[in-house]
Amino acid sequence: MDYHSMSGQQSTAKSLPARTFHALCLAALLLVVSGCGGGESNVSLGNRTGTLHWGNGTEPQSLDPHIATGVPEHHIITSLMEGLVLKDSTTLAPIPGVAESWDVSDDGRVYTFHLRQNARWSNGDPHIAQDYVWSWWRALQPALGNLYAYMYYSINNAQEYYEGTITDFDQVGVKALDDYTLQVTLENPTPYFLQLLDHYSLFPVHQATVEKFGTADERGTRWTYEGNIVTNGPFQLLEWQINSRVVVERNPFYWDAENVGLNKIIFYPTENAVSEERMFRSGQLHYTNDVPTDKIPVYRNEGNPSLRVAPYLGSYFYRINTNVPHLQDKRVRRALAMAIDREQITEHILQAGQMPTYALTPPGTMGYYPKSDLTFDPEAAKQLLAEAGYPNGEGFPVTEILYNTNESHRKVAVAIQQMWNKYLNIEIKLLNQEWKVYLDSESAGQYTISRASWIGDYVDPNSFLDLFLCNGGNNRTGWCNAEYDRLILDVAPKMKSHEERLAVFQEAETLLLDAMPMIPIYIYTSKHLMNSSVKNHNGNLLDQTTFKELTLESDSSDSTGGNH
Amino acid sequence: MFRFAINRLLQAIPVLLVVISITFLLVHSAPGGPFSADKAVPPEVLKALEAQYKLDQPLWQQYVGYLNDVLHGDFGPSFKYPGRTVNELIASGLPATAELAFYAMLVALFIGASAGVVAATRPNTLQDYLPMSAAMLGICMPSFLLGPLLVLVFGIHLEWVPVSGWGDSAGDKILPAITLGTGYAAYIARLSRGGMLEVLSQDYIRTARAKGLPESLIIAKHALRGGLIPVIAFIGPAFAGLLGGSFVVETIFQIPGLGRFYVQAAFNRDYTMILGTTIFFATLIIVFNLLSDMLAIWLNPKLRQEARGDH
Repeated sequence: MDYHSMSGQQSTAKSLPARTFHALCLAALLLVVSGCGGGESNVSLGNRTGTLHWGNGTEPQSLDPHIATGVPEHHIITSLMEGLVLKDSTTLAPIPGVAESWDVSDDGRVYTFHLRQNARWSNGDPHIAQDYVWSWWRALQPALGNLYAYMYYSINNAQEYYEGTITDFDQVGVKALDDYTLQVTLENPTPYFLQLLDHYSLFPVHQATVEKFGTADERGTRWTYEGNIVTNGPFQLLEWQINSRVVVERNPFYWDAENVGLNKIIFYPTENAVSEERMFRSGQLHYTNDVPTDKIPVYRNEGNPSLRVAPYLGSYFYRINTNVPHLQDKRVRRALAMAIDREQITEHILQAGQMPTYALTPPGTMGYYPKSDLTFDPEAAKQLLAEAGYPNGEGFPVTEILYNTNESHRKVAVAIQQMWNKYLNIEIKLLNQEWKVYLDSESAGQYTISRASWIGDYVDPNSFLDLFLCNGGNNRTGWCNAEYDRLILDVAPKMKSHEERLAVFQEAETLLLDAMPMIPIYIYTSKHLMNSSVKNHNGNLLDQTTFKELTLESDSSDSTGGNH
Repeated sequence: MFRFAINRLLQAIPVLLVVISITFLLVHSAPGGPFSADKAVPPEVLKALEAQYKLDQPLWQQYVGYLNDVLHGDFGPSFKYPGRTVNELIASGLPATAELAFYAMLVALFIGASAGVVAATRPNTLQDYLPMSAAMLGICMPSFLLGPLLVLVFGIHLEWVPVSGWGDSAGDKILPAITLGTGYAAYIARLSRGGMLEVLSQDYIRTARAKGLPESLIIAKHALRGGLIPVIAFIGPAFAGLLGGSFVVETIFQIPGLGRFYVQAAFNRDYTMILGTTIFFATLIIVFNLLSDMLAIWLNPKLRQEARGDH
């Protein structure tokens, strides 16, 4: 055999696959480039078709309004469902929803709602007052596991029914007088009651649909799945792909369907804010759920109009465990509160427009501006600490700050650690725990000082101040003051005028700040990126979006922002 | 071969039982419960919830009940997502994760094997050092760094590929596959280099060379089969690793896969979901190890004989 001829054959054999391989590589590259470069972005496509692409934070836990808790669920549910009243998207004042009007009795306890005759469920069924009676009965079944049952407690006998002290639902203050008239009787006049009606926990559900997939109080049936769910809001559920997207489309039976500006909304579970921001920049999203903290100064500096930062009805504070011996003295607690330079924290650490605060309730909550005698005053703090028996911090036990694992909580804790060390000469240790472990430690009272926050459920000082009631499940500080409880539970609800009521809240808050079982630090801001094609989106204190008002304008689709 | 497989599968049963038991104990002893939340949960609600998910029963009873359910192929309801079963959640996440793992494996094999073979043909020259240093870099470069880098360059600056999504727009699977595959490509490069070097020093290769065969034929026809055996042995566990380890890439690219559920389940203390996914991944690892062992036996005559000689 001739080796030469053989190797000659081999060399052709070798070069052939090699050439094919190169050609394949080139083809693949071309495919990549051609297939993707020319594609239209979600945003510009969405602007033409009226489809809003919405970064929604996480996969919704449930779309059942009597089970869900959480903001991502809130967005989807409020697009699908509607309560008796809505809130004005700027002022948050109650405006007609399913109820076109309502009367309030002179004593402020009886509300009579007149429902729209043209209100329909998304399957065309008439939407009547009895739907509310049934839905609210369902929401108050303990087996359902409704964490927002307390939103009903202003209704007469609702709490008693929920806790089982009365068993006859007819005694609860909700009655359908006829198909289109609903009467609600309250325990006390509750000025924020109308606001509660816009919270999803008080939304109606479609009885026939719920019962088709299980019993009324059965948790987690399939009635909320695509193809099953029937709702009464501006949109209806079209598609729910787990961990991928929730798509809602215009509901033709909605009473105000002609004024709904969008055809579709696609909600994406975007739990990673950094990825979300990249999606926004590449035109995949109209609106983001969040903005990464370190991106805010970048957007700020370039004056990018996409960045939307607004005050938010949330308070960031430290709980103090008043059962810990050296923190039982309120002078010590006040000294700690006075030795925090809050401006330093908001200006240089957080940098997202947060507002330093010296009280619990965010200012401007229903016209309430809490007065506080708390200031940043290291000298006075040192003095107080000395009076409490720790001159120049001597003998003060090493104290631990507990926070849940999170970069910005860590930064704040480190800053406060240094301030207390510098101004009070005391030693502070930091302890971070994973979220659920932290929750357990805090509610079991196994902490010394703990990071905390509270977001208002409704715009009223009550939503914050009832946190520190003696038996409040969210108190967790061991602090208890009978006078404080009396003011919040007995005095404030009976006040005739708004001003008098606010004065009572001020009195209570003064008590709280004097005893200082919690150290107020700052007021939250909401942070989003929004494409300029989104119109009629009004920021508000609750960071709520009225989806039916939104519209998309296609000519400004490319202004997502520059590169950074 | 058949008896070998059956034998191995029987051995897997106690392994799975141990996995289930340990995970069950760990999950139930972890601090923080599935229903602890920012807002205090009223006691009556907590009672109702615990009763519904049988958490009010003694632990051994829960364990026995759970084993029984698993035997019937039922991983139970998810605690976090009322109305969803764990089976349903796994089924919803698996296709994306499996597809991602498959593409990543292709990327890894293609880049890794070619780099390894190229390096092995000229050991200790630039042709060796260059791909091997690149491989070292690939091993060291974590996906949470590589992913965003690729996105910045190819997604945002060049606008060639979408920055996230899965099957939403053309080309959105390219970056995730490369990000996930690169680390494995690096391992495969090193493994195939080692395997090739060993084979290339064998007598039969010397014979082939002595016969005057061109180097490319020697490599393609004679050396590759033996040289890639370490890679084959690696593929099985690596594929299982790709399936279970795609969490980071799934998060970066917003892919609706199983990895995201797996990690979130742990944060949520979604007991049934943690257990279900753990059992599922354990089974996958066992199956893929078995498959790659079988492949290695089939490829290697020596092992083939051993497997036969066993029984």
